[in-house]
Amino acid sequence: MAKLNRSRNITDADDIYASLIAAHEGLSDKESAALNARLILTLFNHIGDAEVIEEALGIARLSPPVEW
Amino acid sequence: MLEDRYALAHRLYPYARVADQEAAAPAHHQAIVIGGGPVGMAAALELGLKGIETVVLDDHEGVGQGSRAICFSKRCLEVAHRLGAAGPMMEKGVEWSLGRVFHGDREVFDFNLLPEEGHRFPAFINLQQPYFEKYLVERIRQVQKEGVSIDIRGRNKVIGIDHEGDEVTLQVETPDGEYRLTADWVIVADGASSPTRNMMGLGFEGKVFEDNFLIADVRMKADFPVERRFWFEPTFKGSGDSALLHKQPDGEWRIDFQIGWDIDRKEELKDENVRARLDAMLGPMGIEYEVVWTSIYTFQCRRMEKFRHGHVIFVGDSAHQVSPFGARGCNSGMQDVDNLGWKLKRVIDGQSPESLLDTYDEERLVATDENILNSTRATDFITPKSKISKIFRNAVLDLSEENDFARPFVNSGRLSVPATLDGSSLNSEDGLPDGPERSRPGAVCPDAPLDGDFLLDRIGDRFAVLAIGVDVPDFEGDLDADRLVFAKGTIPVLDERYLGEVKQGVYLIRPDQHVAARWADWNINAVRKAFERAIGKGAEG
Repeated sequence: MAKLNRSRNITDADDIYASLIAAHEGLSDKESAALNARLILTLFNHIGDAEVIEEALGIARLSPPVEW
Repeated sequence: MLEDRYALAHRLYPYARVADQEAAAPAHHQAIVIGGGPVGMAAALELGLKGIETVVLDDHEGVGQGSRAICFSKRCLEVAHRLGAAGPMMEKGVEWSLGRVFHGDREVFDFNLLPEEGHRFPAFINLQQPYFEKYLVERIRQVQKEGVSIDIRGRNKVIGIDHEGDEVTLQVETPDGEYRLTADWVIVADGASSPTRNMMGLGFEGKVFEDNFLIADVRMKADFPVERRFWFEPTFKGSGDSALLHKQPDGEWRIDFQIGWDIDRKEELKDENVRARLDAMLGPMGIEYEVVWTSIYTFQCRRMEKFRHGHVIFVGDSAHQVSPFGARGCNSGMQDVDNLGWKLKRVIDGQSPESLLDTYDEERLVATDENILNSTRATDFITPKSKISKIFRNAVLDLSEENDFARPFVNSGRLSVPATLDGSSLNSEDGLPDGPERSRPGAVCPDAPLDGDFLLDRIGDRFAVLAIGVDVPDFEGDLDADRLVFAKGTIPVLDERYLGEVKQGVYLIRPDQHVAARWADWNINAVRKAFERAIGKGAEG
């Protein structure tokens, strides 16, 4: 059973996207990469489910969706 | 100096000497509109039809060339319809609903602007701007014959403005020399580079995006599907970082290429260079074409600090400028006119205090900021300004191909929807909080089909009371408003859009078809109070 929510789950995508880009404003490439890493780890903790995270990693690798 | 700033598509109002030019003292007019573009002409129609004697001064003699504004929104058409000009626009315009988004040579996804049933107008039509302007002028010619006082003066360039007390004096240059005019009210619609704004020393603050777009109108010799195509990082050579293809009437297509900041405009506009880009794009599709018109423009998102300066009021691009993604330029200018017309009429007639005009500023500044926010975000997505911003943009596109959840992040322009005037000082507290959100106070009235026509055909220009499932007695003498009463269940779409889950409702609607207030029951005192508030007498009542 897939546990990752792959349907639309955000009401204002534009606001969130703008916040994300704003958070990176003025950072060097290295600082941006580090911010992303911290962000991902923070969200990992919120998710708290290894299975979900594994599935998300699969999507991020752009591998074809796995059918269960 | 009277110069041609652009070539004309239609010479509609050639210069003609008028009596005002012979007058010993400056002739006086109730209202003067500076600028004869779409927003200026709409303003003239709006004022003229309301019985305000209006003169339009334009430094050209007609309508400029090129598709320019191209996408006209539902709300824009509703306003044009109220002014009696939408018929030919709909007849000529092209309706589209399918949009396809590409990244490189891969199609990321497509979307369908599935139109909601039961509205007179679709979400958008595509129409070359010269047609839109021409139809407005033709409507002016028609109402002139019916006695409406609108005087269009071509080759009349305003070169000086002086505002003292309640009177504005204009210095006007013509081929026969200069003359002076005075007016009670001046509406400025002379475009983004507004000479009037500059003469008054008023600022225009905001953001310039360091990018240029080459636009071409081409006539294709073959059929091609009626759809909007947008490419991020297209693979065809020379197209730049994005490209847009849009259908227009007369077998024409509009193509926009994002070609970067450091360019030589003159060089890029050379026929062979334009054709090289177009060949790379259209050649592989096997399409033959001819070039109709080309131009280069830079994006800017800027606005004035306020639009009303005493008896001089700015509308359209002269007041605010946005990048084109989302079609929020001309469409918002038409909403400026919609908002201003009835207020100015009431003030002129002494039915409302002059402070009602400050709510034009209040309400349209909110709408402007919403438009600027949306078009800035679209521009940031389409032309990412940092490396990391581009990485995220491309990540969204890469994910979107297989993952629907990522598609809401794709922003190739959030298409113009009318501003909901939440928080306006003219609104009354929502007395029907469980009613539909789309028709809350401040919203534009959703249209609905009635018997043979549409709801928006029956409201507008005057205040109106709309009641569904509530018995509203004749209030003539008590309230200067039209009265529309429907039994619940007679028109399901009307019930759905104005009642939703509640069983009955009463709406007070402004002359610009925005909801001012709503309640569950009829109470003449509450309605009268909301009316007073909506006409700018809130502080006194």
